[in-house]
Amino acid sequence: MFKFDSAQNLVLGLVAGLVFGFLLQRGAVTRYRVILGQFLWTNHTMLRVMLTAIVVGAIGIYAMHQLWAVKLHIKDTALLGNVVGGAIFGIGMVVLGYCPGTGVGALGEGSRHAIFGLLGMLVGAAVYAEFHAALKKSLLKVADLGKITLPGTSHISPWVFIAATAVIAAIVFRLLHGRDLVAGPE
Amino acid sequence: MNVLTKPRWSPYTVGAGIGILSWITFGLMGKALGVSTTFVRLAGLIESIFVPAHVKANGYYAKYIIEQPAVDWQMALVVGLFIGALVSSLLGRSHKVEHVPKLWASRFGPGKGYRYLGAFVGGIFVLIGARMAGGCTSGHGISGGLQYAVGSWVFFVVLLLSGVATAFALFGKEGRKNV
Repeated sequence: MFKFDSAQNLVLGLVAGLVFGFLLQRGAVTRYRVILGQFLWTNHTMLRVMLTAIVVGAIGIYAMHQLWAVKLHIKDTALLGNVVGGAIFGIGMVVLGYCPGTGVGALGEGSRHAIFGLLGMLVGAAVYAEFHAALKKSLLKVADLGKITLPGTSHISPWVFIAATAVIAAIVFRLLHGRDLVAGPE
Repeated sequence: MNVLTKPRWSPYTVGAGIGILSWITFGLMGKALGVSTTFVRLAGLIESIFVPAHVKANGYYAKYIIEQPAVDWQMALVVGLFIGALVSSLLGRSHKVEHVPKLWASRFGPGKGYRYLGAFVGGIFVLIGARMAGGCTSGHGISGGLQYAVGSWVFFVVLLLSGVATAFALFGKEGRKNV
C-alpha cells in the first residue's frame, strides 16, 4: 500500500538533511535560548540566519530559473490560512522553543525536552488531518489567491526584490550589530 | 582552529550555507527545503497501523502517503537533519543534555513535568499552524521567502509578530534577563 521514494531521492534527501542539520546546529538555532532570545528581541541570530539564507538562496534560484529553466516551487497563498496558521505557529514556536526543523536538530544536539515537542507535532499533524477537509471549504477558501509571487503579481523583476531584500537585510544587520543582550550562543 | 571543530559558526555563514543548500535541492533534486509535511506522513503511517481504513478514507493523508511515496526524500532529510545536528554537536563539543531551559525554569519552575507538557502542547500548535498555513519556517520561511511567494512572506511576518507577542506575554520584560 505504501510506496518508497526512489533510492536516489532518499540518498540526496539524507545528504541534504545532514548538511541542513549541521548548519542549524553550528548556527545555534537548535538552542531554546537562541530561539526565545529572538522572540524576546535580545538575540538576533535567527533573523540573521534566515535573512541571509533568503538573499543567498534567491540569487542562485532565480539565476538558475532564468538561465536553465529550473522550476520554482511556489506554495499556495490562501491569505487567511497563512495569517491564522502563522499566528498559531508563532504561539507554538515560543511555547515549544523550536520549529519543526530546529526541533529535530535540538534533539540531535541533546535537548531532551524537544522529544515531547516532536511528539506534540505528530499529534498536531493527526489533529489537522481530521480538520483539513472542513477548513478547505471554509478558512482556506478566504482570499485564496493561488501560487502568486511578488515579482509575478507586480510585474517587477525578481532582481529588484532581491536587491531590495539585500539592502534591507544589510541595514537590519547594521542596526542590530552589537545589540544582542545575550553575550552569544554557547 | 579547525573549522569543523569550531563549536559555532557566524549566523551569516550558516545562512549563506542554507541558501546554497537550497540551490542544490532546487537545481539537482527539483525540491524545495521543507520539514513539516514529514510529520503528516509519519502521523498517517502510525495511525494506519491501528486504523488503516480511516487513514485511507482521509483525503489529506491519502494525498501524502498513498498518492505520493509515504517514505519520501523529505523524510530522509529529517532523519539526516537529526544526524547532522548530532554529529555537528559532537565534533564541535557543544553537545549538551538539556531537560529544562533556564528561561523556562525562571518562569515555570525547574520541574521537568511542566516543561515536557509545555513542549508537547507547543508542538501541537506548531504543526497545526504549519499545516494550516501550508508550511513551516523552512518550507514557507526560507524556501517560500527566497521565491518571494506572497503567502510565505505573510506567514513569516505574522509568525514573527505572534511569536514576539507570545514571548512577552509569557516571560515579560523580566524574561529578557533570563534568556
